[in-house]
Amino acid sequence: MSIFTAPVLNYSLLAPILIVLAGAVLGVMIEAFASKAIRPVAQLSLTLGTLILAIAQVWRIRHQSSLTAAMGSVAIDGAAILMQGAVLVIAILGVLLIADQEQFTVLAAAVPGSEEERESLESGQKLTEVYPLTLFAVAGMLVFPVSNDLISLFVALEMLSLPLYLMAGLSRRRRLLSQEAALKYFLLGAFSSAFFLFGAAYLYGYSGSVSLAGIRDSVVGGSGNDVFFLIGIAFLSIGLLFKVGAVPFHAWTPDVYQGAPTPVTAFMAAATKVAAFGAMLRIFYTAFANAYWDWRPLMTVIAIITMLFGSFVAIAQRDIKRMLAYSSIAHAGFLLAGVIALNKAGLDASIFYLFAYGIATVGAFAIVTLVRDSTGEVTDLKRWAGLGKRSPFAASLFATFLLAFAGIPLTSGFIGKFSIFSAAYESGNKAIVVVGVLSSAIAAYFYIRVIVLMFFTDPADDGTSVVIPSMLTRITVIAAFIITIFLGVFPAPLLNFITSLAYFIR
Amino acid sequence: MTSNSLVYLIALPLFGSAVLLLAGRRSDRWGHLLATALSAGSFGIGLMQFSQMLSRSNEQRAVSQKLFSWISVGSFEVDAGLMLDQLSICFVLLITGVGTLIHIYSIAYMSHDHDRRRFFAFLNFFIAAMLLLVLGDSYLNLYVGWEGVGLASYLLIGFWNQKPTYATAAKKAFIANRVGDMGLSLAIMIAFATLGTVSFAGVKEHASQASTGALTAIGIMLLVAATGKSAQFPLQSWLGDAMAGPTPVSALIHAATMVTAGVYLITRSNFIFDAAPTAQLCVAIIGAITLLFGAVIGMAKDDIKKALAASTMSQIGYMVLGAGLGPAGYAFAIMHLLTHGFFKAGMFLGAGSVMHGMDDEVNMRRYGGLSKFMPITFATFGLGYLAIIGVPPFAGFYSKDKIIEVAFNAGGIKGITLGVAALLGAAITAFYMTRVVILTFAGSKRWDDKAHPHESPFLMWGPMALLALGSVTSGFLFTHGDALRNWLAPVVEQIPAHEGELLSPMIVSILALVLVVLGVSLAVIKYFLNEVPETVPENVTIFTKLARRDLLQDAFNEAAFMRPGQSLTRALVKTDVAVIDGAVRGIARLASGSGKALRTTQTGFVRSYAMWILLGAIALIAAIWMVTL
Repeated sequence: MSIFTAPVLNYSLLAPILIVLAGAVLGVMIEAFASKAIRPVAQLSLTLGTLILAIAQVWRIRHQSSLTAAMGSVAIDGAAILMQGAVLVIAILGVLLIADQEQFTVLAAAVPGSEEERESLESGQKLTEVYPLTLFAVAGMLVFPVSNDLISLFVALEMLSLPLYLMAGLSRRRRLLSQEAALKYFLLGAFSSAFFLFGAAYLYGYSGSVSLAGIRDSVVGGSGNDVFFLIGIAFLSIGLLFKVGAVPFHAWTPDVYQGAPTPVTAFMAAATKVAAFGAMLRIFYTAFANAYWDWRPLMTVIAIITMLFGSFVAIAQRDIKRMLAYSSIAHAGFLLAGVIALNKAGLDASIFYLFAYGIATVGAFAIVTLVRDSTGEVTDLKRWAGLGKRSPFAASLFATFLLAFAGIPLTSGFIGKFSIFSAAYESGNKAIVVVGVLSSAIAAYFYIRVIVLMFFTDPADDGTSVVIPSMLTRITVIAAFIITIFLGVFPAPLLNFITSLAYFIR
Repeated sequence: MTSNSLVYLIALPLFGSAVLLLAGRRSDRWGHLLATALSAGSFGIGLMQFSQMLSRSNEQRAVSQKLFSWISVGSFEVDAGLMLDQLSICFVLLITGVGTLIHIYSIAYMSHDHDRRRFFAFLNFFIAAMLLLVLGDSYLNLYVGWEGVGLASYLLIGFWNQKPTYATAAKKAFIANRVGDMGLSLAIMIAFATLGTVSFAGVKEHASQASTGALTAIGIMLLVAATGKSAQFPLQSWLGDAMAGPTPVSALIHAATMVTAGVYLITRSNFIFDAAPTAQLCVAIIGAITLLFGAVIGMAKDDIKKALAASTMSQIGYMVLGAGLGPAGYAFAIMHLLTHGFFKAGMFLGAGSVMHGMDDEVNMRRYGGLSKFMPITFATFGLGYLAIIGVPPFAGFYSKDKIIEVAFNAGGIKGITLGVAALLGAAITAFYMTRVVILTFAGSKRWDDKAHPHESPFLMWGPMALLALGSVTSGFLFTHGDALRNWLAPVVEQIPAHEGELLSPMIVSILALVLVVLGVSLAVIKYFLNEVPETVPENVTIFTKLARRDLLQDAFNEAAFMRPGQSLTRALVKTDVAVIDGAVRGIARLASGSGKALRTTQTGFVRSYAMWILLGAIALIAAIWMVTL
């Protein structure tokens, strides 16, 4: 007869995750029991409160590290703290955007164009399910980068993905496009999850362990079946590469970015990237580090293809959201360069880059939500012509975010790119640096093109205008702007903070 | 020693400038008063610092203040720091003192200008930038002030930019100054590359380890900078046109302070020039050339302000000559700079006062006999005149004769050549300044009846009188007991007056006075005893014609630089359009073409997306298989 031993959990170190989960559950309760009138305010304050509390917890435990916080399945260390902090900051900014209920349908289950949908819209209700969904996704994103075994990784992956699939389908306008995006995301996500799980199985077969430490020991010891190991790495990577949107696993990105409600796109594009790269960095820097000879050439090729593909195809885009989607693909390539560098500088640079890019992304999509005509958001690039003359303020902020994406000095993007490429160079991977800089130049072309379009083209008189943002959206945009410029001008405090904290415990 | 109050010297006028520019028309009514008060406040702080300095021993007088760490890259550190020593306090008092007087003067002079507030904002900005220039503790900090005064000068020359010629004059000044600024930035870069530091103290400390070649290069580049800012040959051409600015600006910026920044730079860098004799010789030669150049132009000018501008150029030539004579001359260069600050500013204000009374007429051939109508202006201008031509005991006598004397005693052919040039300059100065005074104040009236010459209000003649007082007394005060030389001793190296002088001070003074009397007499004969034609006489010698055309400086610049430069830019534009743009467009077309081609992979069908993933997975496995085999 086996004796059941209660697991020993370090609640103090798990607090950020637990708080977010508790907030999510509470949110579900509010959906069930609170009256419709108070739900929007209650959900918004609950969500923001939860996230802020979680950040406070992250800050409290920033100098601690432990492998045993949850029986070895999560590793709390400096790098994990930084990723969790980044996810939470981005999530707060994202939630402020999500609070703009104009973007969301009221009754997600109603058939598009039906009487039921019309009635629900006229009732003036608000869609509040999105808040607990966001919190569940955030909880998954908090677990993903700290997971220290393959099972937790998979659970976290699903935990962050499932709410996102749903949220992608909640758009109020162009609902069919939105629902199509959600379905595509779900199908492809399931497909790639299968790869991930398959890879995990092979890795277990190789090492006899599901923990990252166990896999690492097998790699170091040289025991085990190498074929299993290589297939395992390849398939596990596919699952991760899908999430970050690397070529050729990127195809969902433009469709989903375009179809999803823009606030959700903002949150998803920024936070998912942090979480997925966080997990990727941990896996490659701990479990696979000693086998780098096996995976580095391939990952280099993928990074190069991703950078070039994203940059080239972005040029041909006619829709601002799709353009930003391809831009995010290119950025995934740049970030892969940081993963491949496999040195301390690469880790520091990746974390800085993730934070800087995430903030700028939220800011850029926030501006996209503001450009509208009578039927809703205007994402057709042509109709952005002359925006700088009508709304110099919004256009200037958008231009700043674009310049940050392009990596122009005095913005956070420059520091991020510079540190990533110098880390890659330090690791001896010169090819990736050359291609990276070249594709940055290509990418600059389409970012600057939008700036030219906004400021140096005469506006077409077609009713496109920038709406006056709500206070919450304004906070997001201004905060993103300030952070982007601050990190570009005074990067040292954050860089030093990251350098002092970013270590993986093994 | 450190002091926390240095920053306020700069902060006060800078604050004034910001308030006046930001508050806009709301400050029209009180803006000029605020600006004047802040300038005076800065002068007050300067006086306070000066009195504190006096109470310390000579070696302890310098104070410094670190504001913040400005640049920190590896081993290269630059602090934004200020330093006030015996040399810079001279400038601080000159800038804020004369500056405040000119603020006061401008209240009246500009009272009819609807843009007076903007004028005062720029004036305050100039004071702040000029103070930064002389207070910076490194070449880089100096450079910031250097550029700041260049900007202020540009803005104020073009203050009445509704007149295209004035705007052009501003642009000309700016461009000529840029050439000089390039010299300064190159000097800073060479200093950094060879010495690894750009602070005055650091450069001074490491100068002995650097090669003479490097120090000569730094020195020559600093000289280029000085020729730009101080309107020395060959970058002198802008100063005459700069008279387009309002007259108070000409007095403050283009006579008393900014144009002397080059002399400050050379004196401040004495440790470089003393270790690089070639560069030092170049300085002296440039000074000698310019003092004659300016004096010759001054003889032919009919525009009162341009005549004074030529004179300024010439007088700064004396200062540069003095600074180029090394340890023996630095103190006298600074002394001449200070006395010149008094008498030239006073004369410019006098010229402004004349223009004020004569409906902005500047042609001296249309003046004449104004001493009756403007007795105070005549008196103050006259005292400045006596000072500049070097009549004892007025200020110029002490400072200019000392420079002539040091030049003669520099030794060998060098000494004789420079000394003769300086003496000759003194004679010409006497001639053209006498000409200015006679044409303006003496003789018969040559203006038409529409003009109603009258004396200027107190706000204008008050400052003029104070400056005239300085023209009378400052020379004596500075030389009494070698006061200024001893004061500056810790900053610039001194050598005792050596034996075996070529000419004793007495002989130099007598020679100079004889030549001055000669110059004055010639002018009196030509312009007082003979009738002055109202129109410009045409049957003159080729030399006069050349002098009227500023010795062909503009023609030369146009032929040597402007036209070749224009051809070069045209050629570059063609290359840019055909080759570079062509290549860029080609690449862009290639990029967007590939983008469009790759875009077709995005079919919108989820099945094809899944296929991509599958193919990717297969490729990955295949590649791994190949890599590891």
